[in-house]
Amino acid sequence: MSSLEVKDLHVTINGSHILQGVNFFVPENKVTALLGRNGVGKSTTLKAIMGLNPGTGSVKFGGTEIVALPTHKIVQMGLGYVPEDREIFASLTVKENLSLAERDAEPNYDLVYSLFPELLTRTSQRAGTLSGGQQQMVAIARALLNQNKILVIDEPTKGLAPKLVTEVANALAHVADHSTMLIVEQNLALVKAIAQNIIVMDQGKIVFEGGPENLQDESFVKSMLGVSGGHK
Amino acid sequence: MSTFLLILITGVGLGALYFLVASGLSLIYGLMGVLNFAHGAFLTIGAFTGLWISTKVFPNPTTWTFIAAMFAGGIAAGLFALLMEQLVINRLYNRHIDQALVTVGVSLVVTALIGGWFGFDARFLPTPLWFMKAVTIGEAIIPIDRFIYIGVAAILLTAMLSILKFTRIGLIIRAGVENRSMVSALGINVRLAFSTVFFIGGFAAGVGGVLISVFSYGVSPLMGGSWLIYGFIVVVVGGMGSVTGSAIAAMLIGITNQFANYYLTGLGDFVVVIILAAVLLTKPSGLLGKVNH
Repeated sequence: MSSLEVKDLHVTINGSHILQGVNFFVPENKVTALLGRNGVGKSTTLKAIMGLNPGTGSVKFGGTEIVALPTHKIVQMGLGYVPEDREIFASLTVKENLSLAERDAEPNYDLVYSLFPELLTRTSQRAGTLSGGQQQMVAIARALLNQNKILVIDEPTKGLAPKLVTEVANALAHVADHSTMLIVEQNLALVKAIAQNIIVMDQGKIVFEGGPENLQDESFVKSMLGVSGGHK
Repeated sequence: MSTFLLILITGVGLGALYFLVASGLSLIYGLMGVLNFAHGAFLTIGAFTGLWISTKVFPNPTTWTFIAAMFAGGIAAGLFALLMEQLVINRLYNRHIDQALVTVGVSLVVTALIGGWFGFDARFLPTPLWFMKAVTIGEAIIPIDRFIYIGVAAILLTAMLSILKFTRIGLIIRAGVENRSMVSALGINVRLAFSTVFFIGGFAAGVGGVLISVFSYGVSPLMGGSWLIYGFIVVVVGGMGSVTGSAIAAMLIGITNQFANYYLTGLGDFVVVIILAAVLLTKPSGLLGKVNH
């Protein structure tokens, strides 16, 4: 079982009640996109699921409660995490960044290098000297090295040049074919391409759950996300 | 020229001792954000363990008994550091003021207990006779103990850098110094790295305690506190979390201190404070600082 069930999740940081009873379900072998305007709590939700933000309520992964577990145990259960802003280790080489992420006895370097062949030529380069797109590849590659049951991915195309957006999007589309994924993404074209479910957040709560076909509706996109569907 | 060489090598020797005190302090703060005021207590425990080995276990000092004293001092201090991390610090991560207060408390308790047991007068730590000799380089007569400090510090620096560079726990420590929450988000129990760093830091301080006892001509319960101040200065100048930074800063501080003491009639400490202020004003992260908590 690799479903994720979030019930009545609350997060308060420095006195601000950011998540105010978040409820949603991520079904197995499907891609679920968590959408919403900036600052509504999407990244906070992912961090709370991963144990990086202290939350109250319930997060069940495959039926097991994980809300009070330390982050490393949650990851060891099979939740792979790609954080917003990459968070690669700048002083370590690409090889060391990937090596650090190895959990399985046989990490899947074939998959990583087939999706991101550029990394193979830069194994000895310090990750801090990579371009933003290359750093994002390292961040995604760290999660793909292991057989994770769910991938939790936060804004993978944020700040990337259009060509790199396509490359990252293609990689995610490839992975999405055979994974359970919860993704926060502003790029609606990518969401339409890979997601089977969409969830919209506003002011710390879930305000919509449905299919990606809703993103074809300009008025829905404007009212829910505050953007024009054609621009993203 | 002979005076210059003597001061230079004495400064490098002093820097080697500063490095032994500061390297663990730097890693502990760099990885865990723990400002460890008990680090001087590790040094004191190492020194008194070395004293016990050199006077009670092996009362006839030889090269090997001194090596045993250094090793035992390092192990005792490392185990004490590990115990403190497991029993006290483990419960106080991310509570920085509490950590500072508790480590100050541990430092005071250790000093009081050792002082109550052994007394506060300095005790002589027996060493092999050849430690008292000197070698002649050019026209300079250099006490041989300076080279021992330098050699031991070089061995520990190499060992630390090798652990950091070539082992998985070292990789975790280096990554943790940059971003420990992301290390956890890769499924790694970063607390194992915390314990390792406390042991390594304690070991280096303990070995340093035995050598400082030789340099200072005595073992005293109060020695940890005075050397800890220099340890903090080296850490700030070198940069939190960088062993190499600590080594460079320790040499800079040690050599400058010795030259200033000689040529500026005892103003070594004043010049060291000037260096500290200059680094804080121009490069607050230190020479090779890495910490990004």
